[in-house]
This record gives sequence, structure tokens and C-alpha cells, in this order.
Amino acid sequence: MTLQTPVDCDVHPTVPGLRALLPYMDDLWRETVLRRGIDDLTTISYPSLNPISSREDWRDATGKAATTAATLGAQALDPFGTGIAILNCLYGVQAVFSEDMGAAFTSALNRWMVKEWLDVDPRLRASIVVPMQSAELAVEEINRCAPDRRFVQVLLLANGEVPLGRRQMWPIYAAAERHGLPVGIHAGSTYRHPVTPVGWPSYFTEDYVNQAPAMQSQLTSLIAEGVFAKFPNLTVVMMESGVTWLPAYLWRLTKFWKGLRSEIPWVSDPPGSIVRDRVRLTLQPFDGPPDASAVMRVMDHIGSDEILLFSTDYPHWQFEGLAAIPEGLDPSLAQKIMAENPRLTYSRLNQTAQTQLGQPQSGQTQTGPSLSPA
Amino acid sequence: MNVDVLNRSGIQPVTASRLAIADCDIHPRPLGAGIGGISKSLYPYLSQRWRDHVEAFGISYRQQWEKGSAYPKGQPQACRRDAWPDGGMPGSDLKFMAEQHLDPNNVTLGILNPLTSGQGAQNPDLSAAITHATNEWQKEEWTSRDSRLKGSVVIPYEDALASVKEIELRSGDPNFAQILLLSRTAEPLGQRRYWPIYQAAVDANLPIGIHAFGYGGWPVTGGGWSSYYIEEMVGHSQAQQALLISMIFEGVFERFPTLKVVLVEAGLAWGAALMWRMDRQWAKLKRETPHLKMLPSEYMKRNVWFTTQPIEEPEPRHQLAEAIEWIGWHRVLFATDYPHWDYDDPAHALPIQMDDTQRRQVFLENAKAVYGIV
Repeated sequence: MTLQTPVDCDVHPTVPGLRALLPYMDDLWRETVLRRGIDDLTTISYPSLNPISSREDWRDATGKAATTAATLGAQALDPFGTGIAILNCLYGVQAVFSEDMGAAFTSALNRWMVKEWLDVDPRLRASIVVPMQSAELAVEEINRCAPDRRFVQVLLLANGEVPLGRRQMWPIYAAAERHGLPVGIHAGSTYRHPVTPVGWPSYFTEDYVNQAPAMQSQLTSLIAEGVFAKFPNLTVVMMESGVTWLPAYLWRLTKFWKGLRSEIPWVSDPPGSIVRDRVRLTLQPFDGPPDASAVMRVMDHIGSDEILLFSTDYPHWQFEGLAAIPEGLDPSLAQKIMAENPRLTYSRLNQTAQTQLGQPQSGQTQTGPSLSPA
Repeated sequence: MNVDVLNRSGIQPVTASRLAIADCDIHPRPLGAGIGGISKSLYPYLSQRWRDHVEAFGISYRQQWEKGSAYPKGQPQACRRDAWPDGGMPGSDLKFMAEQHLDPNNVTLGILNPLTSGQGAQNPDLSAAITHATNEWQKEEWTSRDSRLKGSVVIPYEDALASVKEIELRSGDPNFAQILLLSRTAEPLGQRRYWPIYQAAVDANLPIGIHAFGYGGWPVTGGGWSSYYIEEMVGHSQAQQALLISMIFEGVFERFPTLKVVLVEAGLAWGAALMWRMDRQWAKLKRETPHLKMLPSEYMKRNVWFTTQPIEEPEPRHQLAEAIEWIGWHRVLFATDYPHWDYDDPAHALPIQMDDTQRRQVFLENAKAVYGIV
């Protein structure tokens, strides 16, 4: 087998402002944006100037990062030899209260990604952003985008109006499964509820650290409600919320599953086996132990070499230089995480000969310099 | 919990050597259901004004039901089927408790954590009255009758001033070993409104125990209300992570360096991953919280302890020992949760290799040190 290039499963294109999406809206919404003076939908999950939101050396003269495909290619793909990168656009279209506005802005966002990103760099793929305000409208958007094979995933935020396992969300999972798209759940919130189960925090740091517990709660919901039983071909990818929490979380969930499974009889497999088969996590932020020699012990606790997917989380600040692979990770495992696991997870990545409705694609031959830890 | 324990061979049950143990989570309960959710056993400790109130209006929490818990439990009162004394609620009969649990398990120190004590009630004055009565009741009917038992000062924690009054009343009273809060508060526990409680705790030289459950009114996930009891039970660990994140980043342990916090009934194996995550994120974001002078993990290792029940049960079991090693053997306090259904039997709950020092630390010495029992 030839050496496969890395697949970066979590990079973030920056929307410069709502005006950038105007060309992709119809007259009603274009006029709404202009007349009502709606400027921007950046949420408090990733405030513009926050140190996490963009690594300092990746910001341009205006202070923003990742505003064009060319910049993203030069900063996030070329240096890592990345062959494919998946765009997860984090712009607060899911957080507006109006379902109609959410759907209109979401659709414009996806059209903008196609035109200004996917069409510009053949290495790019994207997640379909959906209006979480309405499962019905979300399904419409999935159906609209899915024929373009460069869309490889459906994107949800961890915290919406209801836990993600709830039955009212199921049409989204049915659509994703039908189209062969994993559902990616990314850190973030629509802020319908405080990000913690004990109310609103004071600091951004708390919000960000709490994204790991938030992801844990959503995984509990998906498992307990029976999403994995109902949709046997659905894969869930949890993004940008750490990975080292997984073992202890599963130990606790499994213990309660043994004691309380009569409440959720459709969950017939132990949670750990469901997760190993059906759930994937992106690598950054790794949140590993300070002692690199303990990293492989954590991997033993995770108990699978297929569960992690390479990500830089560009342009978010998670590591310095090119050190995207945590120190202490075995090189063979790193190779799997970077190249093999993503291709096993995203079936559409293996159909790169037809990127858009049967059109052949060029420029897929680039190979990276090295897959070993930086 | 009532499940088979694997890989038990070669591990000596703690009771085989008759090691004296501390049980840091025992739930006593007033006899009988009473009127309006308040047992008549508390009447001797309530003024006529509050007896009248209880009989006319009962007690309401930030949840839907007039009585009972938000999610139906797995069994009546969430208790062991064999823990019901004749004519009373589980945990309501000292003699029965001694014969079933304290004597056979050689419990020489038992920390009482009353849960139906008016904490989190909507009416703050009622909360103060019932918690005060519960403290009197613990003293009269439990700790003064069995010297192995120590009470917890239950306080109306949403009202810091009333809480301080109650703590001052109990300061220096050997009947009490800690102050008790529930974890699901109205705001994250690091917030300033709760700081007078921490000052009073330090002044009284009493640790703060924070037990799972509560009535803050917020959903147990950052994305809305879960459907199932199992989700709430697993969710207690996310709630405890959130409150710990809040206490650390708000600077509670910087302001009160000698404050001791004991996290009760929410697991412990998640501690390591949370420390790593907090440290790594704080490294990038510390300008937001310059009041912190040490790594978040350093506060955790200095100020925070964990009770064992419900102990996580990885397979292979030795991974639990690694998880404990990461947070420190001196941070771990044994607890059974008697008389609840997910009781951890001291003979079987920790089927991991421990040396004599670790065994004595976990089962007795750590508790004696934290609670200042000689």
C-alpha cells in the first residue's frame, strides 16, 4: 500500500462577516440583513480576538485567520502534507432564534463554502451546516447539499435546544445515514441553555473547558435514546472536545448501564462496544497527560486504535509550530490516526475521483513529507 | 452495585482482615413521609411558624413534582430492597443500620449526608428552617447515640448569609465533620455569592462536602433536558466537573487556600483528564484569570478529595489503579452510599491491587485526615 496522505478532520474557515454571505441569499434575506443591520453571527464560543480562536502566527493584518482558501492551504495543509481537510464552519447560524432565518443563513453559508472554498482548493471537503432550529429544515438542507460528494459529513453543535439523542432530532440522523454521511458534533452551543448543568460561568476559559463534559452528556443522550440501534450505519464524530475523558466516562456509563438498562432496553450492547464501533473523536485539543510516557497508557484505556482522527483544529490555537501529533504517541498509531482512520470513517473520502456530481478531480497526488510525530 | 465482579482472584477482601473503615457517604433519613414532604420526625426542631407553613404549603423545589425526584428512580426511594426496616424508610433506623452495615463492615467512622433536608427549596426561609431542623435531628437522633457517626451541617446554600449563620452555630461541635452542599446549584459554585460559605467553612475548620443531585433548575446537560434517569445519574459527573471548573477558575482556592472540598458520589476516574484539560487550556488563556497563581491541577491536588462510590469499573480492573494514581491515592475516600441501590460493598468495590499503605489510606486514613478525626 502506498503511503496515504494525512486527512485533517477539523479545520475552520472564517466567515469575514454576514455581508460575505449576501451573494448566496435570495432578495428577501439580503434585504433583511441590510435593512435590519445584521452584521455578524460570531458566537461567544469563539470570540474573534480570543487567543484560542486563532493562533497568533496565523492571523492576518486585520487580526483574522483562515479567511481564504489560499491562506488555509498555505498554513494548515501544505506544512503537514495534508491531502484532504474537512471544513467545519463555526458561524452562529444555528443560534438565531428564527427557524426561517436560521435556514436561510445556513443555506447561504453552505453555498459560500462550495464557491469560495471547495471550488478553490481540491483538497478541501466540508461538513454540511444545518439549521438545528428545525429538524425538518435541517433535512432539507442535507438533501440539497448531499449530492455534492465534497460534502462528507453533517455538522451539529454539542449544545442545542434539546439533547442530541432526542427523537425530534432523528430525521437528521436518518438523512445522514441515507446519504452515507457521518454526523459530526462539534464543541459549541446555541446558548439556549447555560453551557454547564449548574448555570452560566464567568469566564471564557470555563466555557471552553466545559465543552468536554458537554460532549460527554451528548454522547450519553445518543446512546441512551437508542440512536445507534435505530441507525445501524450511522457514525458519529465528536470534534474539538478532547479525547482523554473517554475511558473514565465509559466506565461510569457502563456501570450504570448494568444497573439501569431496564430503563433503556433497546441499548443491548455495552456502551464501550457501541463507542468503539460507531463513535470517533478528533485529535486536537488532545488534553493529554503532561508526562509523555503516560500517553500510551491513556491509549490503552481508550482501548481502540481506530477511534481517533487526525485534526489540527486550524486556526484554533492548540499547539505550537507543527506539533499536531502529541508527544508520546507511537508512530504506527499516529500513522493510523492521520491517514487510515479518517478514510475508514468518511466513506466519501474514498470516492475522490468524483468530487462533484461525477466530475473528475485533479490534484490529488500530493504526498506529505512525513507522518511521524512532529 | 449488584453486579458480578470479575477478576477477583488473588485480591483479599478488605473485611477479611477486619480493617476498620470510614464510610464517607451514609444517608440517614427521618422516619415517615410526613405532611407536605417534611417528616414529622423533624417537628421537634421546627418552630410552630414553620410547622404551620409545611402543613399548608409543603415544600417545593425547582422541578416539576410536588414530591419525589425529577426522574423516577430505578427502585423505590433509590434504595436497596433489603434496607427497609420494619415500618420505616431506609436509613431511618439507627439500630437496623448498625446491624446491617456499620457492625459487619467494621465502619468506625461514618459520615452522614442527609439528602431530603430542605436544601435547594424554592422558599429560602423554609430551606433555612428545614436544614436547621435536620442538623438538630442528626445530633439528637444519630451522632449523640452512636459515636462512630458524624453529621454533615446541611445549609440553605442558595442563601449565603443564612448558611453562614448555620455554620457558625455548628462551629466546634464534634457532632459534625463537614458542611454539605448538593451539586446542582442555581449558579456554578465558584461564583462570589457562595464565597461567604467558604469563609465560614475555613473559619469553622470544616470541609465542604458536595453531593450529587440538587435543584438548581438547570437541565443536566448544556443542551437541554435528558429523557432518562440513567442520563441524570451519569450526568452527575459532568455537573461535578462543571462546579469544580468554576471553583478553580473563579479563584476560590486562591482566596481560601485551606478550604477542603470533598466531591461525593460523582466518580473520581474523570479527575485526571479534567486536570490535564484545565492545565492545557489555562496555559493559553491565563490572561483571563490572572488571579490564579498555580496550575488548575495544583489546586485540585491540594484542595479536592473524591469519594469512591459509585466506583468506576474498567476492564481490565488495574486501569482503575492507574486512574487513582493520576489523581493521587491520598485524595480518595471510601464510601458505600448506604442504603441506596448502587451501594458499593467494601469487600468487593475495589478489586484492584493495593499495597497496605494505599489500602489504609483509601479505607480510613484519608478520611480521618480530611475530617480531622483522631
